[in-house]
Amino acid sequence: MTTAPKITLTDGILRLQGDLLISTIEAVNWSTPQSHDAKAIDLGAVGRLDTAGAWAVVSLERQLGLTGQTIGASEPQDGLLRTVRDHMPGPAHPGAGQTGIIDELEAVGRRATSAFGATISIIGFMGQVVATLASLIIQPARIRWTSLVHHMQQVGLNAVPIVFLMSFLIGVVLAFQGATQLRQFGAEVFVVDLIAISILRELGVLLTAIIVAGRSGSAFTAAIGSMKMREEIDALRALGLDPVEILVVPRVLALILMLPVLGVIANMAGLIGGALMSWIELGVSPGVFQSRLASNTGVWHFGVGMIKAPFFALIIGIVGCFQGMQVKGNVESLGSLTSASVVLSIFLVIAADALFSIFFSIVGV
Amino acid sequence: MTAAPIISVRGLITRFGKNTVHDGLDLDVRRGEIIGVVGGSGTGKSVLLRAIVGLLKPAAGKITVFGEDVRNTSVADYRRLRRRWGVMFQGGALFSSLNVQQNVEAPMREQLDLSPETRAALAAIKVKMVGLPENALSQMPSELSGGMRKRAGFARAIALDPEIVFLDEPTAGLDPIGAAAFDALIAQLQSALGLTVFLVTHDLDSLHAICDRVAVLAERRVLATGTMKDMQEIDHPWVQAYFKGPRARAALVQKDTA
Repeated sequence: MTTAPKITLTDGILRLQGDLLISTIEAVNWSTPQSHDAKAIDLGAVGRLDTAGAWAVVSLERQLGLTGQTIGASEPQDGLLRTVRDHMPGPAHPGAGQTGIIDELEAVGRRATSAFGATISIIGFMGQVVATLASLIIQPARIRWTSLVHHMQQVGLNAVPIVFLMSFLIGVVLAFQGATQLRQFGAEVFVVDLIAISILRELGVLLTAIIVAGRSGSAFTAAIGSMKMREEIDALRALGLDPVEILVVPRVLALILMLPVLGVIANMAGLIGGALMSWIELGVSPGVFQSRLASNTGVWHFGVGMIKAPFFALIIGIVGCFQGMQVKGNVESLGSLTSASVVLSIFLVIAADALFSIFFSIVGV
Repeated sequence: MTAAPIISVRGLITRFGKNTVHDGLDLDVRRGEIIGVVGGSGTGKSVLLRAIVGLLKPAAGKITVFGEDVRNTSVADYRRLRRRWGVMFQGGALFSSLNVQQNVEAPMREQLDLSPETRAALAAIKVKMVGLPENALSQMPSELSGGMRKRAGFARAIALDPEIVFLDEPTAGLDPIGAAAFDALIAQLQSALGLTVFLVTHDLDSLHAICDRVAVLAERRVLATGTMKDMQEIDHPWVQAYFKGPRARAALVQKDTA
């Protein structure tokens, strides 16, 4: 139902015919030979004309220096041509892709200063949270108990199945891998020490912290970030309420209380998994496993693991809430900050774990 | 006008769970007119729009656009049909990962095989037509104000020179000057491009300024259609309250003095 457009040059007049539409204009050879002799453009035989067609006609006018020399257009077509003529884009588009070495250097500088600024502000945020926590310990009546218990359930109780399963499997894997190595020396029974020390000292708490960072840290960022986007944080401030006290402290406190509990559960699950696998693979009975565990593994191995738990919790909670507070108006920043929150908190947890290892080896436990 | 209506809705029933939004709704839209759809909050104005453009499946009823049934078409037919209308959602609904130029180019890119230069030039014309500065082309939606976002959404809606434009509350949330400018823009482009405009609105000034006809949604159907003058004479408490309330009088006075 559309007629293909055509250009003909007769008596110095460029005649256009057919339908000049967005779907047809590219089929036309606009650079007709000798068209530079044309004195006018005749649209008398044009059927339908849309903005794209009008753009093509106006471009042709400009190219031939015939602006305003278009004849034969119907009243609405003329109106459209006038509208397009008024809104023709400027000749040169500022190129977005030009970047010199100076721009590159500037970008590096910008990134460096913004990373520095972010470090300063996250430390500031941590100070704010710790100060609020301290003031709440002096005045416990101001603690939001309902919110605290709700978050304890969210980050603690609801995470028990996944933490248990993960740690159980880690115990199984350690026993299995340890057994194949230790069997070469006939030292199968030392698998108990291997499992107990690695789970209690490091893996139980560290892996729990990583799971919690992925599970609850991201949830904190997303929840606080969407509140920020919908101006709920500003509404709290306008009511004279402190968002740190109402939103951040219950979450961080819940994590500090629950992460050690989850760590104990992870330790137990890891030992159970290890004991089970030692029994199946090496024939170390649960009774032997238990007595060897009690006699050879000092309680400090457990203590070292547990001391780290509240610090990991503080890191995850602070990073999660801080990134949530950084969310700006758009949806994309929510997504990118949520993933940044998980990556940063896992990284900081592992870095803190390394520092703790050095510390404990200096202290000698 | 005796020509067949460009949009015709017959016996439309839409339900969300137990809540019936439309119950036997009839509406005709004529080619080349600006029709304003008004109604209280929750009377299903936006739902009607979504049902017409096929984003929502009604429980019953027949909706034809350009004489073709929207509900019972093949995917290919629906795709072809969709090219002939443009929709501007509340707040613009720009794709947040694309800049304004890419947003306006998106329908051209998906529907037609145009060279990048043509696309860029057409996008620039559309963006200038809706009254945005040329440097807005490279901006991201998050960098634009609410009014500019609506304009960019409008530019995307008219990217393919559609025959019908559906506008969902184009002036909501704009300041009076911005809203009046948007009204003028709709009217100007309507006459330049020969559009049929389906306008969902709350804005009495828009209704006075640019709408040829008004359709009132109440009691789960179209209660009345007619010009603004006709609305003054309809004897229904809601219509009376809407078109003769204090705000309506203010809009009328403004129009008389203008």
